[in-house]
Amino acid sequence: MTDIAAAVSPSAETTALPSRLAQGFISRLVIIIPYLWLLFFFLVPFIIVFKISLSQTAISMPPYTPVLDFADGISGFLAGFRELNFDNYTWLTQDALYFNAYVTSVIIAGISTVLTLIVGYPIAYGMARAPASVRPTLLMLVILPFWTSFLIRVYAWIGILKPEGLLNQVLLATGIISQPLIILNTYTAIFIGIVYSYLPFMVLPLYSSLEKMDYSLIEAAKDLGCPPTSAFWKITFPLSLPGVIAGCLLVFIPAVGEFVIPDLLGGSQTLMIGKTLWNEFFANRDWPVSSAVAVILLLLLIVPIMFFQRAQARAQEQDK
Amino acid sequence: MKSLGSIRRDFAPWTDPNAKPYIQFDKVTKKFGDFTAVNNLSLTIFEREFFALLGASGCGKSTLLRMLAGFEEPTAGRILLDGQDLRGIPPYRRPVNMMFQSYALFPHMTVEKNIAFGLKQEGMPAPDIEKRVAEMLRLVKLEQFAKRKPHQLSGGQRQRVALARSVAKRPKVLLLDEPLGALDKKLREETQFELMDLQQELGLTFVVVTHDQEEAMTMADRIAIMDKGEVMQVATPAEIYEAPTSRFVAHFVGNVNLFEGKVAERSANTTRITGATGAEIVVDNAANTATGAEIVFAIRPEKIKVSSKKPADAVNALQGEVYDVAYLGDMTVYHIRLDDGQMVRASALNASRVTEDPLTWNDRAWVSFRPDAGVILAR
Repeated sequence: MTDIAAAVSPSAETTALPSRLAQGFISRLVIIIPYLWLLFFFLVPFIIVFKISLSQTAISMPPYTPVLDFADGISGFLAGFRELNFDNYTWLTQDALYFNAYVTSVIIAGISTVLTLIVGYPIAYGMARAPASVRPTLLMLVILPFWTSFLIRVYAWIGILKPEGLLNQVLLATGIISQPLIILNTYTAIFIGIVYSYLPFMVLPLYSSLEKMDYSLIEAAKDLGCPPTSAFWKITFPLSLPGVIAGCLLVFIPAVGEFVIPDLLGGSQTLMIGKTLWNEFFANRDWPVSSAVAVILLLLLIVPIMFFQRAQARAQEQDK
Repeated sequence: MKSLGSIRRDFAPWTDPNAKPYIQFDKVTKKFGDFTAVNNLSLTIFEREFFALLGASGCGKSTLLRMLAGFEEPTAGRILLDGQDLRGIPPYRRPVNMMFQSYALFPHMTVEKNIAFGLKQEGMPAPDIEKRVAEMLRLVKLEQFAKRKPHQLSGGQRQRVALARSVAKRPKVLLLDEPLGALDKKLREETQFELMDLQQELGLTFVVVTHDQEEAMTMADRIAIMDKGEVMQVATPAEIYEAPTSRFVAHFVGNVNLFEGKVAERSANTTRITGATGAEIVVDNAANTATGAEIVFAIRPEKIKVSSKKPADAVNALQGEVYDVAYLGDMTVYHIRLDDGQMVRASALNASRVTEDPLTWNDRAWVSFRPDAGVILAR
């Protein structure tokens, strides 16, 4: 301990070998902390979920048969490996419901991501080009909705979108439409909900990549004979690509598993994996199957996450 | 034949009253809100000229360049290029290219693609682009770096890519905004000469913005000294240095000694000046100086001779005391406090390795200079 104290204290002899070892220990400790965090809050829960997904439902507390339980002792634990069965996973492949739910979720998340990008890019661009003095205010406005509960904001959309809601009232009053639009409980409502809820996740990475871009690059492009629109597609957009990728993944990944928005805005007909999972878990109380659904969902999402990490690594390489 | 400075210039269209100006700033004013960046400025630049805009930061030189490139529109006045009014023409339709101070190289493109960018915009056929790019790479000696990205290059190499990209389209005028600002001193000096060679080789008109007077003096045919949005003097480097027309210009370029005084007497060829403190100077006649006029006499340090004895043939000799001496190798700089209290800076070229008249701190000394060594400026 004294060595650590010596390393921390600036007056200590920093050249002494023990204190250097201590410094090495401290720097390793700093690295270990995030790994420990991942271990306890991601890997361990995942293993538990995975374990449950390999068991069977039972009327007990918790509602599944024990599998790979340490209570059986080491030999029982090892014997458990032979009894492992993947019935829940085969079950998922047999019922088209799950496959459809996964596909629908990915499609809905994909379309929502593109829509969010289309809406978010001009916002981020406008923010990045705004005078430096107003940028913090604009940034604040983007983050501001987070200060209200997500659930309440989604409920507010019900009030806006329902047939007798705010939107229809305004449109009817102004004479733009003569019949109320049916938006609530359709996929359109889900898209609106996702685009609205996840917009900040798109805008912030886009803004950060657009904001650090040197505006003289656009001037250089114009100077070399490039009209403004073409300069955008040839210079601005390619250079903002890391932000585009980061924003899209930040929207896509949570949107795939989204439960609240499809449940509140999408009505009962819409099929998304988050809702399916909820039903398995709370309505059917089938923990093993819902765990299997969650594991598959995770595997489904790992692909875009890895893609994201590679893109980020490449972007960092470019910055060097 | 007597001539200002040590260089004879054969290229001097500005002395020819029939020469057609190529770039013309006609009473141009540019305001940003309340701030006047360029104030009612008129300037002409000739074809194939290497023209420098020299001034401290904020003097309006960059604004002038940006107006020529089309990034800013003048608030008032006209800018003509080869007789054509540029007002309303966007930057991407002007036959002018700019080399940016930051180089503004496209980070996601290779060197090759950067250079080809402008040519592609022009719609040049691919084989021609390839040929032109190769030629440009050869010109800036970067053939083996064609496939690199800008971040894989050194500062000097990036500067060359920026240069190659800006001349690839063979613009009528190349604008250079502090082209050597980011290079270290040694590289800067080398590159100055390379830029001059390039300009000769391509036969382009160059307009360079710089705050570095040495850079402007080295490269430019003519220099415009700017201050607070106005042009103080436009002249060749030699004229700027040897015949400044104002106190500002004399001060801005090089070192100068200023003697404030009054015209005491004008004879056929010479003017006698009496200083406020009693010193008397005789200089060659200057135009427009009436007897009794309050003037400033400006003289460069290297035109002042320092000696321990009064030179026998000296027209102007003032006595004082050595206040400071600095030996710089190629020359020695003296600070002499004259008996009337005025400080004089004098520099002597160390043309030989030994000196017969060495001086040191607190020695009594004479400063002397010829009647044509300095200029008379309005106060």
